[in-house]
Amino acid sequence: MCTVCGCSDTVTADGKAFGHSHGHAHSHADGHHHHHDHDHGHDHHHHGHHHYGTGPAGVSVPGMSQARLIKVETSILAKNDAYAMANRRVLKALGALAVNLVSSPGSGKTTLLCETIRRLGTAPLAVIEGDQQTSADADRIRATGATAIQINTGKGCHLDAHMVGHAMDDLTLKPGSFLFIENVGNLVCPAAFDLGEDAKIAILSVTEGEDKPLKYPDMFTAAKVAILNKIDLAPHTAADLDAYESNLRRVNPSITILRVSARTGQGMEAWIQWLHHARTAKVM
Amino acid sequence: MHEMSLAEGIRSLIEDQARAHGFSRVTVVRLEIGRFAGVEKPALDFAFDVVMRGSPAEGARLEMIDLPGRALCYDCTETVEIDHRLSPCPKCGGGRLMPDGGDEMRIKDLEVA
Repeated sequence: MCTVCGCSDTVTADGKAFGHSHGHAHSHADGHHHHHDHDHGHDHHHHGHHHYGTGPAGVSVPGMSQARLIKVETSILAKNDAYAMANRRVLKALGALAVNLVSSPGSGKTTLLCETIRRLGTAPLAVIEGDQQTSADADRIRATGATAIQINTGKGCHLDAHMVGHAMDDLTLKPGSFLFIENVGNLVCPAAFDLGEDAKIAILSVTEGEDKPLKYPDMFTAAKVAILNKIDLAPHTAADLDAYESNLRRVNPSITILRVSARTGQGMEAWIQWLHHARTAKVM
Repeated sequence: MHEMSLAEGIRSLIEDQARAHGFSRVTVVRLEIGRFAGVEKPALDFAFDVVMRGSPAEGARLEMIDLPGRALCYDCTETVEIDHRLSPCPKCGGGRLMPDGGDEMRIKDLEVA
């Protein structure tokens, strides 16, 4: 799948490349976003999109057959990063704070988000939900009264900045908003993809095991904040919260750690404070 | 982690370069991959062969150059090179290291015909 726009399946099962299959987003009336895999027969002009599988570049220079070296020195994720910068500019102009919630599936991201929305009260906010399939999470978010767009990544294992940019277009964020981006549940791939967010927030629930930060260091190194969630369950699981914290600090000495139970509300106030402070710091 | 995605990114950059520099065939693609980039090199090698089909880089040789992992030690405040994400500081033995290099993944250059 393309890092830039979610294109998938340039290759069929028999290994043959076919015309471009371009995953792009569109909205339904209910705000449900799909990333479809389908072929385009037309040019996709916005954002410098590129079509694959059209064969060689079609440029031939007569007489030029000698091997030569072309310096490139460009990050493989350069295109994603350009979209991320564009998202970041939009967010900055609005004084909006974007957080990218990353975790393994089942850490309690959506429950945490619903409780966060409830506690933020009348503050302007919007939610982008990323999952491989279903609009279940966006439905849960909308039940709180918040605006939400669901992105289904299909086979994709992460959100990328291009998908998020499209979703932001449709959300029409208010100035000073909080934008919550709930990434696909995955402790590996979303670490590498900048979405233009102000901070990645890693959520780790106490039932997952104290060694997870050591097993999946990239995600916890990329995060500014780790929310140790479901602490109400700790007494029942013999989870060692201090061991969680020391392993988190081992892979990221500067990480902020918040102990939270989204279900009982314990520790939620510190998280809400963090959000308010981060948004204030951004507009100053 | 997502080597197919990375290979797609490489292909897209190569196609841009082909248009900009007017070449139609790439013989060698040279990448620089940091130790902490999270790239599984055999997986990228496999994805590269598959994804480059039908592009100027079909059949090209993929070379990957390792870049060292660098980290700032929060105990002795030195920037040090480490081989593994969880290695202790080679200067002071401290265990609180913040990576600050080695997450590169970029195309260094292309040999084209």
